[in-house]
Amino acid sequence: MTDMTDMTVNTRHVPNRLNSHAYRTLRSWEALLLVVAVAIFVLNSFASPYFLNAWNLSDATYNFTEKGMIAFAMALLIISGEIDLSVASIIALASTAMGLAVQYGAGTPELVMIGLSVGLLCGAFNAIFVTVLGLPSIVVTIGTMSLFRGISYIILGDGAYRGYPDSFAWFGQGYIYWVFTVEIAIFAVIAVIYGVLLHKTNFGRAVYAIGNNPTGALFSGIRVQRVKFILFLLTGLMSGVAAICLTSRLGSTRPSIATGMELEVVTMVVLGGINILGGSGSIPGVVIAAFVMGLVTFGLGLLNVPGIVMSIFIGLLLIGVIALPRIWAMIAARRSQT
Amino acid sequence: MVSRNIPVRETILGGAILVLMGLISTRFAGFVAPANLANVFNDTAPLIILALGQMVVILTRCIDLSMAANLALTGMVVAMLNVAMPGLPIPFIIAIAILLGAFMGAINGLLVWKLAIPPIVVTLGTMTIFRGIIFLISDGKWVNAHEMSAAFTGFPRAAFLGLPVLSWIAILTVIVFGLMMSRSALGRSIFAVGGNPHAAVYTGINVGKTQFLAFTLSGALAGLTGYLWVARYAVAYVDIAGGFELEVVAACVIGGISIAGGIGSVGGAVLGAIFLGVVKNALPVVNISPFWQLAISGSAILIAVAFNARAGQTKGRIILKSAEGSV
Repeated sequence: MTDMTDMTVNTRHVPNRLNSHAYRTLRSWEALLLVVAVAIFVLNSFASPYFLNAWNLSDATYNFTEKGMIAFAMALLIISGEIDLSVASIIALASTAMGLAVQYGAGTPELVMIGLSVGLLCGAFNAIFVTVLGLPSIVVTIGTMSLFRGISYIILGDGAYRGYPDSFAWFGQGYIYWVFTVEIAIFAVIAVIYGVLLHKTNFGRAVYAIGNNPTGALFSGIRVQRVKFILFLLTGLMSGVAAICLTSRLGSTRPSIATGMELEVVTMVVLGGINILGGSGSIPGVVIAAFVMGLVTFGLGLLNVPGIVMSIFIGLLLIGVIALPRIWAMIAARRSQT
Repeated sequence: MVSRNIPVRETILGGAILVLMGLISTRFAGFVAPANLANVFNDTAPLIILALGQMVVILTRCIDLSMAANLALTGMVVAMLNVAMPGLPIPFIIAIAILLGAFMGAINGLLVWKLAIPPIVVTLGTMTIFRGIIFLISDGKWVNAHEMSAAFTGFPRAAFLGLPVLSWIAILTVIVFGLMMSRSALGRSIFAVGGNPHAAVYTGINVGKTQFLAFTLSGALAGLTGYLWVARYAVAYVDIAGGFELEVVAACVIGGISIAGGIGSVGGAVLGAIFLGVVKNALPVVNISPFWQLAISGSAILIAVAFNARAGQTKGRIILKSAEGSV
């Protein structure tokens, strides 16, 4: 019994994930996800005759593009051992600020600037609490989650902002080429940027190092707090980008906009193979996870499954993807003992 | 013992609540009338009960974000049960609510204990699953007041010694949890697990099992509140208490429960809940739009956590030493 508890305690600590075995499982995780994505795609095309239609599929990408934009920044944040639960509220505040600006006659360039700056400011606000005051990010962002959306409620009450300029609709409703939407293009560009940032730069190495061992990272000369500050800024900025896309797509702002989206973003990140305890994960994993979640929601939607029932699938997916490898490892460990 | 260090924080919070009430009474004297204060307390009772459950979970270094969904699911089940069998006695319904809530809490606890999945992931997941299940069993329909029996809706409101039963249940829960945390082995091991899990293992405490029990307790309280909530507001639907899990966490954080585990007290959780309850009830009285409430509780969380982190760093070590000494 003592051995059991000892084991449980130890598993709560982040083990060294730089060994080759972890890399192998990481690789196979993405391969597995890809198989799942293809399987869902094939199943869906059999289940509904409306699935294999370029325009329908193009519409379906809206299920994940906005969440995915935030998920990339969130992935880096979670790898570094922090989390931001306020992203959906940042969207609400940024969208409210843009709606307010419209009432004073702001044009599309100003709106974009405002959306991005509010996102950055909110990110900086979180960052100051976490890095300067040294508070746990989960509590801070639960607090700012109420605060940011609370400010939207104070400004908007039960009202709504409309009347966005026609040119603003381009972000959420426009097409780059044929069926490829502006949002999927932004999603792709952001994916590439974050992929390079995480996997090809010193900054990315620092993010992994911090997630694996913050003290060790500090002793090896990484400015831990500064890296974390930047990660919170980036998450805020991405929430600002998502706010622009979502507001442009909906054409109106209510304070309840994007409620609960933080959960779906975290689910997407975890599904993408990012270790929720920090230290490991990859951007390609998150990209595939975004597609998987988008395909699942779209497929279930075509089969007339109501949104709240889909959330059961999302919840099961979230727990399942973490639980199954652990159950499998437990069975394997038991087998090797006997 | 823990109580040696805690009163400082509790006194400050208690003082803050008194100052707040004083300020409100300058705008509207009737707010501090005993009858109104009793109303405020009754209105805050569900939050107090839930905050105690959340406190136990947070003390063991976990978090339970599924409490409000658990509450809503249990509430829906007992409401539908009442519609199907109006003759079912209330004690039986309460027992079902507590057991069902505890069962859902135990699911969270098992996932955390046996599979070592981070609690935030588990409860984010079960939160959406529970909400989804409410939709599945109710088909998205509401259970309204006229469908429920008079005994079912009347119980929490029945007056007993001048206070509604709902208030008495909250008081009883506070007493039981106060005794449990300070006088029982489970209460002491909850502190020990959160204070230092490794040391707890060496003193013979099963860390995972203690966390499992904490989740089961918080689930049981969520279930109990589920019945009280549905009966008091005489309606059950998918979204009842939506977002309430954050208010519960806010009450705990404001009450000085450290999110890092091991530090906190029953009194703190209760005062944190009362603080939010006073703010909520005072806003309409002093002519501030209720839309301010979300921002105010958000700011209160940030101020409280910043304040507690500064005050708690040395105190945490003192509590640890004395906890180790007493186990």
